[in-house]
Amino acid sequence: MIAIIDYGVGNLFSLASSFAFIGEEAVVTASEAEIARADRLILPGVGAFEDAAKKLRASGLDRVILREVQNGKALLGICLGMQLLFEKSYEYGEHEGLGLIQGSVKPIRDVIQEDLKVPHIGWNSLRFGNEKSPLFRYLKEGDFVYFVHSYYGADCDGSVIATTEYGATLTAAVANQNVYGTQFHPEKSGSVGLSILRAFCEL
Amino acid sequence: MITKRIIPCLDVKDGRVVKGVNFLGLADVSSPVKLAQFYSDNGADELVFYDITASAEGRALFTDILCEVAKTIFIPLTVGGGINTVEDFDRVLKCGADKVSVNSGAIRNPDLIREAARKYGDQCVVLSVDAKRVDGVFRVFAKGGRENTGMDAIEWIKRGVDAGTGEIVLNSIDTDGVKQGFDLEMLDAVCRVVDVPVIASGGAGCKEDFVTLFQTLPKVDAGLAASIFHFGEVSIADLKQTLVQNGIPARI
Repeated sequence: MIAIIDYGVGNLFSLASSFAFIGEEAVVTASEAEIARADRLILPGVGAFEDAAKKLRASGLDRVILREVQNGKALLGICLGMQLLFEKSYEYGEHEGLGLIQGSVKPIRDVIQEDLKVPHIGWNSLRFGNEKSPLFRYLKEGDFVYFVHSYYGADCDGSVIATTEYGATLTAAVANQNVYGTQFHPEKSGSVGLSILRAFCEL
Repeated sequence: MITKRIIPCLDVKDGRVVKGVNFLGLADVSSPVKLAQFYSDNGADELVFYDITASAEGRALFTDILCEVAKTIFIPLTVGGGINTVEDFDRVLKCGADKVSVNSGAIRNPDLIREAARKYGDQCVVLSVDAKRVDGVFRVFAKGGRENTGMDAIEWIKRGVDAGTGEIVLNSIDTDGVKQGFDLEMLDAVCRVVDVPVIASGGAGCKEDFVTLFQTLPKVDAGLAASIFHFGEVSIADLKQTLVQNGIPARI
């Protein structure tokens, strides 16, 4: 069973639907007991980093996530959920994240030329580098996924498992042992996205 | 490389897709769920659903259908039509919509954009504008293009972006239905003043119109159309091949 962690940020309908579609049992939950029972965890998120990090802490779910990850449970952060895995974010100030991925979250605007629009929104292709993560076992280099973001994971070279090109090479996905994160939305990336969720369920 | 998006638009009334759909080999051509699946399978990058129902029953049916679509189709969904309040945003977002398109509702209450952007994020708010030349000036029309508001379209769009609009759909009434190509002049005027994505709508008659659009105006991010896709005059899969052959990035 997969626990989609509900800490009051964003719309989880599509995420829950996508697991149902691939035949995986998933629950949207804020219950510590249910999260402890789950085999795998999803940390979703849209909106602003500071607000999301505050809600995660206020709910006490940050501790629950850290404990479950420590116990070896697989975790996938999606979009802002990926950014929350980092040590800190520079979105409107400086805010602390979960620290499961080394690095920080910075504005895309700082690294791309002025005529490119921010947010980076739409379908962009993935590059995997030398070694393909098991998360992407069903994908091929150049497959397209759907992005919507204004900030990106920086200073995380050791954890990057996929990149995308948007005026610069941007972090598209990260991993550190049993912790995974995608900047893009697998639940909005058609069959390519669903195959990533399937691979996550098989980890 | 980021790709140009191709977006079919479905008008839904009383639970069915209207405005004539004529597909070969598709049994139930007016089922929103089946059509959405068909488009998704054929390479649509996003789908737009417009609720053109007037009744409360029709509205409830629309959200039921939206939920059905979002349970089986995993590409971005934009919903428009009858969006007048933040509660309307909530209603469709809970059913799996990713973006919400406002038009007349924002003209009546411009604060709607700011309120919705603050609550759901800029990326969620799409401002759809029906514009037409009147004495050489682009004017905003309301009520499905029937009523001249007298507002300057460029000013209205700038104001919308300042308030938190994440994306603009510009529908030119002058070119809509004519099938002689998008309104490049009007689109250019808008692209010059905004830095959010601009989606071109109105006027596409063939694949080449999309090639011309993206080659002439590289700042346009997406092309939206309805009848040419519904009637099979242009297949999305073919269209995207043509874009790529012309050096325009598209998802295949």
